[in-house]
Amino acid sequence: MQLASLPDAQLVARCRGGDEDAWRELVARFSRYVFAICSQAFRLRAEDSEEVFQEVFARTYQHLARLRDDEAIRPWIGQLTRRLCIDHIRSSSREEIVDPDTLPGGVDEAMTTLDDAFAVREAMAELTENCREILDRFFARDESYQTIGAALEIPSGTIASRISRCLARLREIFEGRNPAPGPSS
Amino acid sequence: MTAYDEQRLAELIKALPPAPQAWVEAAQELPLARERLDDIVARAEADLAFRDALIADLEATLELEGYEPGAISLDELRRRLES
Repeated sequence: MQLASLPDAQLVARCRGGDEDAWRELVARFSRYVFAICSQAFRLRAEDSEEVFQEVFARTYQHLARLRDDEAIRPWIGQLTRRLCIDHIRSSSREEIVDPDTLPGGVDEAMTTLDDAFAVREAMAELTENCREILDRFFARDESYQTIGAALEIPSGTIASRISRCLARLREIFEGRNPAPGPSS
Repeated sequence: MTAYDEQRLAELIKALPPAPQAWVEAAQELPLARERLDDIVARAEADLAFRDALIADLEATLELEGYEPGAISLDELRRRLES
């Protein structure tokens, strides 16, 4: 099984065993999530986000041997990032850093959105590579049809319809993984 | 989690843009950086002259000994040398 498709718990176990490629995959897997918590939920400036980002992974590496539940690595990293963002804000005397209690919508709401976004990202792993690339490039990387077409060697005129089809497929996958609650009996 | 339509899924994909590549690479190099740090600390413990030189001028000594200072956390190394 490729590292990218390993469940979180197995990936953590490999990291703990000193597998450097597994560690690289773990960082890649959670990098967007950590980055988004710093930059969106807490709206840290780039240099502050970078400091927290590196500290999160340094502490994750240090704590690998002591994790109580390998399957819960994602919420553990989420809470660690949140705590380090708050510590960073508290330890900073700079006035321009935003107080988390005054963020519009609040940090909790932003964290919930990012948790949902992470679940969508996991569902994207079941798409074809082409679909995954198109959706990621268009929505997450904000690339134009022209750039996507050139990178993936497909006519840019077909990108819109491909996006539509890929989103529909993603919805099927996502709903299969997260069935909506049925009517209560 | 409730079901989402395509528009909401698109918004959620957008919510997780890639982190800067340099940040990701630095975090991915952590095990290697830690190994380098352990090597230097072990050598400093075994070689007092090397330890004194590091304490006197950390960056210059590392460079002189062929270590790449940029690949090592100097703050952490200082902390470990002082402990």
